[in-house]
Amino acid sequence: MLELQQASRHFGGVRAVDALDLKVAESEIVGLIGPNGSGKSTTVNLVTGLFPPTSGRILYRGQDLAGVPVHRRLGLGIARTFQNIRLFGHLTVWQNLWVAQNSPEDRARKGFFPRWLGGSAGVRGEIGELLEFAGLAHKQDELAANLAFGEQRRLEVARALATRPKLLLLDEPAAGMNAEEIGQLRERILKLRGRGVTILLVEHVMELVMGVTDRIAVLNFGQKIAEGAPAAIQADPAVRKAYLGGAA
Amino acid sequence: MDFYYGMAQIVGVHTLLGLSAYIVLLTGQVSLAQAGFFAIGAYAAGMLTVLAGWHLVPALGVGGLAGAVTACAVGFPALRVKGLMLVIATLAFGEGVRIFFFNFDYQIARGDITIGPLGGEGFRQIRFFPENGWTTAEVMFFIWVFVIIVMLVLWWFDRSRYGAVLRAVGEDEVAAQSVGINLTAVKVSSMTIGGAIAGLGGGLYAHYTTHIEHSSFNVLVATFAIAYPIVGGLSNVLGTLLAVIFVQVFLVEGLRFLGDWRNLLFGALIVLAMNLRPHGLLDAPALARVRRLFGKDRGA
Repeated sequence: MLELQQASRHFGGVRAVDALDLKVAESEIVGLIGPNGSGKSTTVNLVTGLFPPTSGRILYRGQDLAGVPVHRRLGLGIARTFQNIRLFGHLTVWQNLWVAQNSPEDRARKGFFPRWLGGSAGVRGEIGELLEFAGLAHKQDELAANLAFGEQRRLEVARALATRPKLLLLDEPAAGMNAEEIGQLRERILKLRGRGVTILLVEHVMELVMGVTDRIAVLNFGQKIAEGAPAAIQADPAVRKAYLGGAA
Repeated sequence: MDFYYGMAQIVGVHTLLGLSAYIVLLTGQVSLAQAGFFAIGAYAAGMLTVLAGWHLVPALGVGGLAGAVTACAVGFPALRVKGLMLVIATLAFGEGVRIFFFNFDYQIARGDITIGPLGGEGFRQIRFFPENGWTTAEVMFFIWVFVIIVMLVLWWFDRSRYGAVLRAVGEDEVAAQSVGINLTAVKVSSMTIGGAIAGLGGGLYAHYTTHIEHSSFNVLVATFAIAYPIVGGLSNVLGTLLAVIFVQVFLVEGLRFLGDWRNLLFGALIVLAMNLRPHGLLDAPALARVRRLFGKDRGA
């Protein structure tokens, strides 16, 4: 579904991502891990198009994404969340989901009607469902900025889902969460797979990555140093070395 | 009484000017071009009633359209730049329009006299209202019909998905793109709507003053246009109206007895107002209090 071919992104002399090959198959959950600064978020930004790769190609369902602007990639079904939460703080929870309904299916809907008119049964139903999914139904009229941290993370995921993604890139969704919240997040991710969403999960929290992914790729200094099933990755000496430093 | 009607006319036209900047500010863009669109609408509508003998209402329509078309054309290149660069780019456009009208002659003979815009002398004798025997009160009501329509439209936008999208772009462009919002389309559309409102306001302005010239559309006017919504607060269209009343009635008229010292106090009071109410005269908590007053405790 998604294929990076020798994708590189250099910032001056820094090789944030260097000749990365990565494949994500339909309805797979792939983990992308690595120490801080190893190029995980840069990879997400390359796929969503915030900046172009210095070299290499990114294919989505066989189509080269070069030159496709960010908002069009959404139309193709690529959505993301941000490592540092980027909600629209002065909009309500409901509005945050409303503005994200930009998929081709939603495009035809009337944008100029107020919530109680333009919110046709379909829109209301979908937003209601997303609110249920994120456990935020009781907070729908709250400003996003006033939510607790965990709630904001959940709203970010729900907002990405409102775009009807086929491929979802989650950039450290568990950062700052406690064990209970991580457990809930894990269930939500598995539920998403049930809906047929393919997921690229960038994460530091190992209990989450090991628990939900089918396959893991490990980055270090922008290069892929290992790839394989979770169990194999845990046992890989190169990975241990990258994380713990020194001899494994 | 005519004094108060005249005051209300000024407040009405300046509210339109402020609202034209309001919708652009919602997307986080600071545009100093609003005086330019205001000028284009003023000259276009004035020339149609004076030189072509049109009725005022279609002339205002064309004035608004002219403002919208130029705003759309300016929007595409200008909105590629951000922040201070955009301020400079739109300032340059506004000044360009002003210089254009400074040099713009288009006079035709009507009997013994010639009428029409005459460069630095300006465009005199835009006499649609006196020729048709409108009283000051009637002119005021006429202006306010448009002000109320525009305020209702913007109020409506604020409650629609489109309004939420504007605010989303204003808040975080990267996040807005990342949920599929087309930034260019949103920014250019808000600029176009702002241009239409400014053009309409300019057309009304030309007819109630009966005389316009290039200096009626200088940088000060452009500054006022963005100052109104900022002083008033961006949470509601009524904030802009409140700011116009604060500035035009309280500061400009109310402080007239101070003579030349007025301008000094004027600046100081705006600074004071912004310090006491950093989110505008009518910010979200103030709105909530007003809503409670009317027993409507639910947000829109």
